[in-house]
Parts: sequence; C-alpha cells; structure tokens
Amino acid sequence: MAIKIVERRPLSFLEKTYLPQIIAGLKVTWDNLVKPPVTLQYPEERPVIPNGYRGVPTLVRDPQGREKCVSCQLCEFVCPPKAIRITPGEILETADNNHVEKAPKEFDIDMLRCIYCGLCQEVCPEEAIWLQGQYSMTGMTREEMVNNKDKLYELGGTLPDSHYKWDKKKAEAERQQNEQH
Amino acid sequence: MVTDNKPPLISINVDGVEHQVVAGTNLVDALAKIGKEVPHYCYHPKLTIAGNCRMCLVELGSPMRDRATNEVILENGKPKIGWQPKPAIACATNVSPGLHVKLDSPEVKACREGVTEMLLLNHPLDCPICDQAGECKLQEFSAEYGKGYSRYVDEKNAKPKKTRLGPRVTLDDERCILCSRCVRFCNDIAKDPVLGFVNRGSFNTLTCFPGKELNNNYSLNTVDICPVGALTSTDFRFKMRVWFLKKTPSICTESSVGVNTTIWSREGKIYRITPRQNDAVNDTWMADSGRELYKQVEDAHRITSASVKGTKTSVDIAFNTASEIIKSGHLAIVGSGHLTVEEQYLLSDLAKKHSAKTYVPAHTGKGDGMLISEDHTPNFRGALVTGLTQNAAVDLKALSSDIESGKVKSLLICREDVTTLGLSAQLLSKVRVIVIATHKNATTDTAEVVLPGLTVFERSGSFINCQFRLQSFVQAIPGPAGTLPDSSYLARFAGLNVNSLWKELAQHVPALAGLAHGKIPEDGVVIDSSKWSSLTFPEGRLLKFAPAGVTA
Repeated sequence: MAIKIVERRPLSFLEKTYLPQIIAGLKVTWDNLVKPPVTLQYPEERPVIPNGYRGVPTLVRDPQGREKCVSCQLCEFVCPPKAIRITPGEILETADNNHVEKAPKEFDIDMLRCIYCGLCQEVCPEEAIWLQGQYSMTGMTREEMVNNKDKLYELGGTLPDSHYKWDKKKAEAERQQNEQH
Repeated sequence: MVTDNKPPLISINVDGVEHQVVAGTNLVDALAKIGKEVPHYCYHPKLTIAGNCRMCLVELGSPMRDRATNEVILENGKPKIGWQPKPAIACATNVSPGLHVKLDSPEVKACREGVTEMLLLNHPLDCPICDQAGECKLQEFSAEYGKGYSRYVDEKNAKPKKTRLGPRVTLDDERCILCSRCVRFCNDIAKDPVLGFVNRGSFNTLTCFPGKELNNNYSLNTVDICPVGALTSTDFRFKMRVWFLKKTPSICTESSVGVNTTIWSREGKIYRITPRQNDAVNDTWMADSGRELYKQVEDAHRITSASVKGTKTSVDIAFNTASEIIKSGHLAIVGSGHLTVEEQYLLSDLAKKHSAKTYVPAHTGKGDGMLISEDHTPNFRGALVTGLTQNAAVDLKALSSDIESGKVKSLLICREDVTTLGLSAQLLSKVRVIVIATHKNATTDTAEVVLPGLTVFERSGSFINCQFRLQSFVQAIPGPAGTLPDSSYLARFAGLNVNSLWKELAQHVPALAGLAHGKIPEDGVVIDSSKWSSLTFPEGRLLKFAPAGVTA
C-alpha cells in the first residue's frame, strides 16, 4: 500500500498569537452572562405545564361538587402495571346523589407502580379520572406513595362538565313522576 | 347418567351445511351443541317456553311433499325446500328430520337488529354501575347482533330503581327486558308464585304481588337466570365486577344432595357462590342458604392457629403432642360426614392401625324436597364407602360409657362438636382430646390439642352424595397462614403419603376401584352401592333423587 504524506500547513502570525480564539471564547462567555437563564431553580421555581400533559392520575368532581367516579373498576381492569385498587361501595340513601347508587368506598393508586400511560383516563366512562399537571410525587415510605381517595380528590379538584348526565336523568325521572300524579 | 337406549340422531341443515343432532331436542339447544349460537333471552333449558323476547328469530324450512302421493318434491335432483314466509322463533321449535335453518340470512340479521333496538329503547345503559356487566346477555348480544346506534330521540321511561323484592333480591325495573324467566321460575320450579307484570306497553313493570315478597329459599336463582341486571343479589350488590373473579368448581356442603357450585373468588376472598349445571343432581339451581356458606371462611369464631391446652402454638408442636396422645393407645375416633372421602379413608386406616373404635354421628333435620335433603352432611355415604362406619345412624352412647369405664383414654375428633351430641364437657375432661375443627365450639374449648381445619373452599377432595355419586371439588382460596389441609395431618398420623392417596383408595376400597381425584368427571360418577342397599337413609324424595322403593 502506498503511503500518502499529508502536508501540515504552518500557523499564520495571528494564529500564533492565539488572540482570535481567546476573543471568540470570551464572546461566548459574555453572551451567556447577559442572556436570561434557561434553567430553573427547580424546587422553588416550577415549569409551566402544557395542556394535555400526562401527570399524576387524579379523581375529579363536577362543578357541583359531586364525585364523578362510580367505581366501575374499568381503570383497575385496564391498568397495565395494576397500580389501581378500588373497593366499590353504595351511596347512602340520604345523600343528594343517591340516584347514582354507586361510588368508590376506597380508591388507591400506587404511584410506585403507575407508569403514567393514561389508559385509565381513556377508559373511564364517567370522565372521572384525569392525568393532570402534577408531575412530582415523592415520599419517604411506600405507604406515602399510595394515593388514597382523599388525596386523589385533593389533587384532582373540579373539572367542567359538558353532560351532567346524572342530573338530567334525575330531572327526567322526577318530571315523569309528576306527570303520572 | 348415560342411558343405554341413546336417542336417535337426525340430520338438519343449517345455513346449507348438514348436521347430526339428537331427535326431538329444542332447536336452540341442538344448535348450541353443534357450536351455533342462537341469541336468546327468555328461553332457558330448564324452564317452560314463553317465546316473548323474539331474539331467537330464524328462518325455517322443510322439504316440500306432493299432496297426492306424499313424496318429496325434487328440484334439480335435490328436495325442494318450502321456506316459511315469516321468521319463526327457534326456542319454540323442536328439531325434525330434514329441517332447514337460516341463521345468517339478511332477514335474520335484520330481525335481531330490530329486536335489540327495541329492547334498548328504554334501557338505561348504566353498565358502569350495573352488577350484571360482564355477564349480561343484553350487553353481549347488543355488541354482537345490534346496530351499534339508536334512532330513538324521545326521553327514556323512568321506572322504579332499587326495589326490594325480598330479603336477598333487589330489582331495577329500568333494566328489565320482560323476559319473564323469573316469573316462570317462581311459578314452576320454586312453586312460590309471587312475581308478575303490571301496567301496559312500555310501562310494563315486574313487581311482587301486593303483600307478597320474594323470600323463598330459592329466590337467588332468579338472579342467576336474569339475562340482564334487573334482578341482583343484595349480598353481592356492588361488591366486585365479575371479570375480576376466578371461578372454581365446588360442591355445596349444606346437605347430602351435593349441589354442584361455582366459587367466585378474587385474591383469596370469596365474593359469591352460584350453582353449576349438573342435570343429574341440581339442574341449574341451588338454595339461597347454601350460597351464604362462604361467610364461614371469615367468621369471627374461625380457628386460624393450632393450640395445645388453650395456648397458641405452631402446627408442628401441636401435631407432635397429638401424635404422642395417639401413640399412648386406648384411642377412639369421632369422624364426620363433613370430611372428604380421602380424609375418611385416612381416619379409617388410622383406626385400623390403632384398633380404635370409630363413630360417625348423623346430622339429620328437615329437608325441603328440592335441593336440601334430610341428611345435613355432604358426605355421610363416604363414611360408609371408606369403612369408617357400618351403620346409617350412630349415637355416641357407647363412646360415653367407654370413657366412663376407662376403656378409652384418648379421643380424636374431626369436625364434630361432640358436646351437642351427648358427650358433656365434664366427660371429655377425663380423656386426652385432639380436635381438628374449623370453628370454635364447646368441644374445642375443652380439647387438649386443637388443629385448625380448612373449609371446603380451602381444600380439595371429593364427596359422595345421596345418590352414591362421587363428586370432586378443588381448592378455591388459600387457607389461613400456617394451616394444613386435614388430610395432611391425618396422613401423617396414619403414616401414609397424601400424594399417593388415591392409589390406596382405588386399591383398598372396592367401590372406588379405577378412580382418581383428577379422573372424576365434572358431573360426578355413580359408584356401586349394592353393599349398602339394606340400610335405611333419612333422605326423602328430592329434585333428582327418590329413596329406594319410591318410584321417581
């Protein structure tokens, strides 16, 4: 194999002084000194979460404060890592939303298991479970990392409702009742 | 049971393909046997035919015959088929030779779509809160045969929700599709006609007759046969969705009928018990009282750990103490009709080895002529077959005098509370007592050694019912931590290997020759009972059983 000798170009005068490189480097430093910072002081400063972000799954209430979940357990069924555990219960005879009949007695989501896939939100027939903006879950024990029903409603808050299907059903039943009498 | 004179097979044509079916059977059943589903709601193989849901509409035809000569008319060398001008319901049709059925024609499909649309007009579609979801025929057939959308624009009818029909049954009238299965069950099977329909048209409503309620001991069968979520079990209501539950075949221990059951459990907790079809024993029915037996698993009096002289110990220590007592001799054994055949065999083997006398007390009571017999133990016949007892009725008087006279110094009691059978606690204190029991009672309180037993749901085994039918059941849920099945205690006492138990049984018990726990067919096997034909048993006439000398 033939050997090819590459000719090394000698440095010019300016290059021998190293000044252009030092000035270019200082420019980068200066630019960054005057530019606004791109990082956040994380625990104190928080990023803006875009709409549709899949954070911690939460339970929500409708604008009238009714708990939307009817404990159909479809989310528990669909959950790939089996993070959700529901104990169904009956709504008390005296409650305002008694006509809904069913509500969860206990609702636990194990955040050590949750993979934030959003299938629970997709499968929910009542639009009761939502993955919202909360993205940071920390705890010192395993128990702390299990969100119980109270915690889930606290995280979830209230979301607008475009159907009010149970209210409509109740109103219609009452209307028909009155018509008969 | 397989009868020798098999009914003749005939040929019918389904969607152009010839099939062999049993002559005279119902078309829905005959098609189900050859793997063709005819959707239906009101038809139930064990009930009378009502034909009111119209879901099983099919096109029927038969070969045309010449009126003068009665000969089959041929067309291109094949019989000419005269199709009925309108679709007919399959459930009210019995198969006949040469019957032609169309299950897949556009007209049949249109019928099903129409019926489904009509049934869904006033249906609340509250599947998320309905207990039937997952095993609902309306849900399944709507998905499979329905249109998938509704043209109905008016408001749906509101009907009574959460109606209490009886102590165990809750009715949601909005979900009812008026198939009348429950009405026919109450009239014909339970002989307690309390259900009926009131109002007309789309206001038609299922209800109890005034002043009556659905409180007979078979009321929960209406929940089982309800094809939708209208009738629901008050006990199971909102407890768990059915798709989470594991099904395990089991046998009801309520009486010697040996009703076949299915245990529905999830993660070691039983949620409900339903009947399992066995046409020779219980058809598709079961008593409500038998369905509550799962509550004994988590009963407050349940024994969950071994104890010696009243203090809790490990099973090993209790077992060793018990072995010492047995070895000390002068042993008597009280067996039980609640033990499995396997356990009874081990007990009788143990009795032989220690030349101990055995007693199997009978528990008789009122029967109902249906599925609760007069013998309230599931396996008294097993005690006879395994040689644990020779007589149909045994009392403990001989045992009590043996204890008094000092002939018996140690006593092994399995699953019996002998204090209710004539042995006082004072008498028991004279002997060293070992008890294997599931629940606390006066006998376990006085016993020196208590070994925790497992319920029928927590162990496997087999029972022999009043027809001398050997039926097996398998473990549905694990027992309390640290406990062993009764058979493993008894096998260690007797020095036998639990795993080869059925080899022993098949070898030493003539009636069980050639059988094994895994080989018993799903609907049981009737064993040779001629050896015990001279004994009189307490059972009277039952749904599928008549005592000897009474014609069925």
